[in-house]
Amino acid sequence: MSWMDIVSLLRIALHAMVPITLTAVGEIVGETAGLFNIGLEGILLISAFAGALGAEIGGPWVGFLIGMGVGAMIGLIFAVMATYWKGTQMVIGIGINLFAMGLVAFGLIQLGAPGFHSVPRDVQLAKWRTPMGAMSPMIVAALVAPFIIHWFIRRTRAGLVLKAAGETPEAADVAGINVNMTRLLAATFGGAMAGIAGAYMSIAWIGSVTKDLSAGRGFIALATVVFSGLNPLLALLGGFIFGFFQGLAEWVKTLPSKPIPFQFVSMLPYIVTLLVVSGAIGRVRFPKALGEPYKRE
Amino acid sequence: MTENPARESRLLRGVHRTVTGLHPALESVVAGIVGLLIGALLMYIWGFDPWKAYWALLRGAFGGSYEWASSLARGTPLVLTALTFSICVRAGMFNIGAEGQMMMGAMAAVCVALFAAPTGLHLVIGLVFAAVIGALWSVVPALLKVYRGVSEVISTIMFNWIGRWLALYLAIYVIVDPMRAEKTLTVPASARFPILVRGTDLSASVFLAVGVALVMYFLLWHTTMGYEVRAAGLNPTAARYGGIRNKRTMIVSFLLGGITSGLAGATIAMGLPPSYAIFGGGGFPELTNIGFDGMAVAMVGRNHPIGILLAAIFFGGLNAGGRVMQFYGSNPVPLEMIRVVMGAIVLAMAIPELIRLFPAVKKQGERLFAALRRRRETRSKEGEA
Repeated sequence: MSWMDIVSLLRIALHAMVPITLTAVGEIVGETAGLFNIGLEGILLISAFAGALGAEIGGPWVGFLIGMGVGAMIGLIFAVMATYWKGTQMVIGIGINLFAMGLVAFGLIQLGAPGFHSVPRDVQLAKWRTPMGAMSPMIVAALVAPFIIHWFIRRTRAGLVLKAAGETPEAADVAGINVNMTRLLAATFGGAMAGIAGAYMSIAWIGSVTKDLSAGRGFIALATVVFSGLNPLLALLGGFIFGFFQGLAEWVKTLPSKPIPFQFVSMLPYIVTLLVVSGAIGRVRFPKALGEPYKRE
Repeated sequence: MTENPARESRLLRGVHRTVTGLHPALESVVAGIVGLLIGALLMYIWGFDPWKAYWALLRGAFGGSYEWASSLARGTPLVLTALTFSICVRAGMFNIGAEGQMMMGAMAAVCVALFAAPTGLHLVIGLVFAAVIGALWSVVPALLKVYRGVSEVISTIMFNWIGRWLALYLAIYVIVDPMRAEKTLTVPASARFPILVRGTDLSASVFLAVGVALVMYFLLWHTTMGYEVRAAGLNPTAARYGGIRNKRTMIVSFLLGGITSGLAGATIAMGLPPSYAIFGGGGFPELTNIGFDGMAVAMVGRNHPIGILLAAIFFGGLNAGGRVMQFYGSNPVPLEMIRVVMGAIVLAMAIPELIRLFPAVKKQGERLFAALRRRRETRSKEGEA
């Protein structure tokens, strides 16, 4: 393993970290407020598709905006169903995932190429030339976002309101906090972050949309949230670990000698996710009212 | 009518309760209709004619005996993967791992092609293989949950991906057909489910699905173990004080779920003509999403084995009819629309007492309408003055 190999492995890992970290940080905000969204996988997929379409209309930034908007919209729908309509959050998430799988596969067929849509290179987000090779600017966003969210949750009044809505919604309600509205905003933000992550995958990283583009990343992000115990800084670390093993899998695939069958390499990120989560779980404590719709007595 | 107001109001309340969705079966029907309407809306947006498409779908699903046989054949594995989900929901958990367990079960069933055995016995051996492997694939997330507290939602999804890649490896390198690299070995005739209706896909595997559903109904509602599983699902703390070992019920419900999912894989490998093999080359087109669709079936079936049987006919019909719909002359709606409809149905099922929302919407609408009318009246008065 030469120096160049390590650099290229690190570069792939940093790129693979971005969607997981962004999604996980958004979900941390949602879970802090008490909503558990397992529909992230579906949001990633739909916003990757919508982002690609947007980029083809008006360039990469329009693509990101549309991806973010679509993600926020799905997050909002999830939140309305989970708060005001008292839906079961798990079931809504499963519904979003099924819906997304169908819609994106359907959309890809309507675009003419079943199962695959490539985003033209000139509307993809340009990468920065660095000594380490081409790097996407979104890596910076993924490195900065956890710090901002950490500051927001720990140091601002709004962050405290979020925690109150997730921890003891009854007390928050008595204190004059609109619990459902707080949760709604938090989940919409979480959806928007997943939307940015989805758009990143199609227009800044992989450069194409397939019907299994998200490949479990939404769930790996959920695992990252579990690993982090709702601490955005640990989510950054977790995102890097998972990104690293995804990068490792990608890197081993490109080796000419093929030391391990490609199928086993592809399992690696999922196995590592399981190991890390089962190792980390003991010390983690989640908000008391997580996953429960709030009903006034 | 006005002679007995108390009775009348009781009657009205009864009607009201039925209409406002406290009846579970009715709620499933409403969710189905809502899902189909959302599908219609999307088709309309994309420039298709939804009524033509649904007409083609209906005829393709239930238009005749061939179509019925095809729908039931598509519904068969869905019954089994739906049972996986619903057993665990009854125990208070979300097992999303049917997809991976089903793929591993299918691979185990294909392994019967490696040896010879008498007709019938060969089939039974394959089913046992599939059930055991499905259960093994399911028990690891259960153990992780019980001993390490890992959320089953995350672990089962990770196991789905690991299982999919492992199954692909097996299908491409280990139990591959030496003549045709894109598919696995063909299950020999002695280990196949007999075809029920000549010229259709419907094999005796449908009896297996119905039988397993009835067994699960019996297990869950007429045995001590089933009682413990359901009690733990309703209130784990109370169940523990009642002397129920929650850890054991968790593992039992995951094992049962793994068995049914493994069997679902077997029904496809051993009971789906004409290939009786799994195509690893195309990334498992015949297996993919059967586990996820099963969750939709379970929810519409209200997590009850009998409800699941009915819901599976509906979803099997959607799948079979969707195959007709996508080739329907001037209005070919892709099969994927079916999964969009399924997702919309699940979303509709997620909301308790969905139909209650409609009067609220109506009330808001009426209020808005009244406000508009009032404004118009004041304006016309101003005009007169």
